[in-house]
Amino acid sequence: MLQDQDRIFTNLYGMHDRSLKGAQARGHWDGTGDIIKKGRDWIVSEMKESGLRGRGGAGFPTGLKWSFMPKESDGRPAYLVVNADESEPGTCKDREIMRHDPHTLIEGCLIASFAMQAHACYIYIRGEYIREKEALQRAINEAYDAGLVGKNAAGSGWDFDIYLTHGAGAYICGEETALIESLEGKKGMPRMKPPFPAGAGLYGCPTTVNNVESIAVVPTILRRGASWFSSFGRPNNAGTKLFAVSGHVNNPCVVEESMSISFEELIETHCGGIRGGWDNLKAVIPGGSSVPCVRGEKMKDAVMDFDYLRSELQSGLGTAAVIVMDKDTDIIKAIWRLSKFYKHESCGQCTPCREGTGWMMRVMDRLVKGEAEVDEIDMLLDVTKQVEGHTICALGDAAAWPIQGLIRNFRDEIEDRIKHKRTNREATVMAAE
Amino acid sequence: MLRRLHKEQPESFAFTPDNLAWARTQITKFPKGRQASAIIPLLWRAQEQEGWLSRPAIEHIAEMLDMAYMRALEVATFYFMFQLQPVGSVAHIQICGTTSCMICGAEDLVAVCKEKIAQKPFETSPDGKLSWEEVECLGACANAPMAQIGKDYYEDLTAERLGEILDEILAGKVPTPGPQNGRYASEPAMGLTSLKDYEADRHPENASVELATTIGDTIKRIDGSEVELEAPWHDFSQEVGEAEPSRGVEKAPDHPIDETGVDKREAVAGGKAHPKSYEPAQAAEEAEEDIGEKPEQLSGPRGGGADDLKKIKGVGPKLEKMLNSLGFYHFDQIAGWTEAEVAWVDHHLEGFKGRVSRDDWVSQAKALTSDDET
Repeated sequence: MLQDQDRIFTNLYGMHDRSLKGAQARGHWDGTGDIIKKGRDWIVSEMKESGLRGRGGAGFPTGLKWSFMPKESDGRPAYLVVNADESEPGTCKDREIMRHDPHTLIEGCLIASFAMQAHACYIYIRGEYIREKEALQRAINEAYDAGLVGKNAAGSGWDFDIYLTHGAGAYICGEETALIESLEGKKGMPRMKPPFPAGAGLYGCPTTVNNVESIAVVPTILRRGASWFSSFGRPNNAGTKLFAVSGHVNNPCVVEESMSISFEELIETHCGGIRGGWDNLKAVIPGGSSVPCVRGEKMKDAVMDFDYLRSELQSGLGTAAVIVMDKDTDIIKAIWRLSKFYKHESCGQCTPCREGTGWMMRVMDRLVKGEAEVDEIDMLLDVTKQVEGHTICALGDAAAWPIQGLIRNFRDEIEDRIKHKRTNREATVMAAE
Repeated sequence: MLRRLHKEQPESFAFTPDNLAWARTQITKFPKGRQASAIIPLLWRAQEQEGWLSRPAIEHIAEMLDMAYMRALEVATFYFMFQLQPVGSVAHIQICGTTSCMICGAEDLVAVCKEKIAQKPFETSPDGKLSWEEVECLGACANAPMAQIGKDYYEDLTAERLGEILDEILAGKVPTPGPQNGRYASEPAMGLTSLKDYEADRHPENASVELATTIGDTIKRIDGSEVELEAPWHDFSQEVGEAEPSRGVEKAPDHPIDETGVDKREAVAGGKAHPKSYEPAQAAEEAEEDIGEKPEQLSGPRGGGADDLKKIKGVGPKLEKMLNSLGFYHFDQIAGWTEAEVAWVDHHLEGFKGRVSRDDWVSQAKALTSDDET
C-alpha cells in the first residue's frame, strides 16, 4: 500500500485546512519560482522522464504532449487549457482535487503554462460542479492575492493569468477539440484533426489540453524528482493514480494508490471487499464507461495499469474509475444504461455515431427484455464495428466498446434470457390453447 | 436530441444590477473580440436568476456578446443544463441515473420523484413547486446514488431519505447537502484507510457543504448579491471613463428592422413564443432627432485652455475628444446644463448615449468648478 508520505493529494478528503495556508503547510507552492527558473527544457525533460501518462483516459505521455508546443512563438499566444469536464460515468476523482486540494492544481497550471510559453490558462470545469467551481475560484483568488499567480507569478518573472470557466452539461466537451469549441462559445462539436490543438487550438492559437489530475501532479513530481514518481508502478505505467471505486463494494471511495496495484489489493485495502464476498463478483468496468467490462473471475488478479488491462483483458485503465458489479446486477441492463448515456450525449455531428448510438440502444433495449432473436446479437456486434473508428472523435468508439465487452464476456447470459423468454412465451401460448 | 424553446415566453429579460456586473466581469476573462466565449456562464447566470432560460434572455445575452441570435440559440439548445421550459418554482430535482448510480438504487429515487412530484420528468407538481428529471452521470459516483437539487449534491441517498428531503424543501427548509449517511466526503464509509492524520481536527463540513451552508443559496434564485464580486485577474483601474462600445446585432441600413434584429426580408416568427410585434425602428429614430435643447457651444477653448474633462468620472480620452468636437471644453459649461440640454447631449454622444445623466456629470462638474476633487 502507498504510504501517506508518498501521496501527492494530501488533502483528498478535505479534512486538512483547505486554504492557501494549509496547502503551503503541506508543501504546495514551495519553491515554485525556483522550479520555473530551471527553465522549460528541464521541466519538459523531467516530465518525460517521470513517465507520467495523461490521466484523462487515453494515457498519452504528458511530457511528450508538452513538447509538441511550438518552441518559438510566431506572434500568436499559447494557451494551456485544463480539462475539468469530468463526465465519464464512474469518474469522480477530479472533483476531489478541485474542491479539496485546489492549490496543487493551480501551481501545476503555472508550471505547465510556463513550460509551453503560455501566459494564460483556462480551466474548463463541468457546469454541474457548482460548489467545486466556487471552491476552485476561491483558491485562485487566494493565489492572486498572495502574488503566486498574476504578474511575475510566484517571483518567477513569468506573467501568468488563470481563468476558470465552465460548461453546461455536455459529456462531449470532455473531448479536447469539443472543449475548445465550447470554450469559444459554440456548440461542443469535435474538430477534425489535424490540425492538432498544439498547432491551432483555442482561438486558432497553439493550445495544450490536459486533464486536471495530469496537471495537479506536476509540482510534486518536479519537487521530488522524476525518479521518485517513476518508482511507482510497472515500467511504462509509472506513478500514483487516483482510483474512484463505485458500485457494489462495501466502501466505495476515491483513493490515491500506486499504479499497477492489483485489483484485489485495491478493493481489500480501501473498499472493504466486494459486497457479498469475492465469489459474488460478477463484472468490473475498470476504467470508466468507455472501456469494455471484464468478468469478475478474471479481475481478481488483474494489475490496475494501462498495459495489463489492455493487453491481457481487452479493456483499459481509462480514468481509473472502477465500477464493480455483484451477482445481483443485471449486467445487460447496466450496459444498456451506458448505451442510453451515449445516445443522449452524442453531439450529432457524424452520422455513424448519431444514428448508431440510438440504434444500438434500441437493440440493447430488446436484449434487456429478452425480446430479440439470438442472431441479433451478432448483428449488434457488427453495427458496433461499423460505428467504431468511423467518427471524428472517440465517442463512437466509446459507445461501441461497452457493448462489445458485454457480448464478448456475457454472451451466454444474453442468449439465456432470449431463450427463457421464448420458452415462457411458448408455454403461455400452449397453456392458452 | 431535439430541444425547442417553450411555447409561452416572457415579454423581456434583464439581469439584476449585481448579476449584470458579474456578467461584465466574466467577459473580461477572454481576449478582446472573443467575448462570445462567455456565453455559457452568462446563460447559466440568467437561468440561475429566473429558474429557466427564456428566449428574451438568450437574445439579450446574444446582444451583450455581439453574437447573432442563432449562435446563442444553438448554444442554449445544445447544452442540457439549460432548462428551456419553466421548472418547479421552489426546486428542480435532478436524479443521476447512469450506471454507477443505477446499480446502487437510482431507480428507487426516480420512483420517489414520480410519486411525490409528477409522473413525467419536467412536469411540475400540482402546486407548481417541484419538478424532476433523470440526468446523466453527475460525477459523484463514489457517493452513489445521488441527486442534484439547486446548486448542491445530495449524496449517498436512499429512497426514504430523498422523500424526507423533498418534504423538508416543501416545508420551506433547506436540508444540509453532501453525503446523507454520515460520511464526510468520498472517503471509505467504514473509516479512513489513508490520510488519517488530520481526521481529528477537521472542519465540520467538506468543501462543498461548507460553501452551501455559509452562502445558503442552494435553491435560491441568484441575484448576484450572495457573494462579493471578485476578479483578481483583471485590472479595472485603466477602464475609468473608457466606456464599452454599444453592442448589438449588425443591422442592414436600408431595411427597417425590429428589436429582435430581424429585418423585413426575413420572416418574423409568430405565435405565443414571439408575443410582441414591433414598430419599425426607423420611425422612432427620426423622431428622436429633436430630443432636448441644444446647449451653447464654443468654437474653441477660452483663454486659459480647455479643462481636463477626464476629471469627471466616466469620461475617458475618447469621450473628452467627442465633447470637444461638440464644442464643450470647460467644467462651467457642463455645470450649467439644464435638464433639456442634458437630454440633448445624452443623445448626441455617439456610442455613449445616456452617459451624462447616468454618471451625473452636471453635479460632478459643479463640484469641479469649485475646485473640489471628485
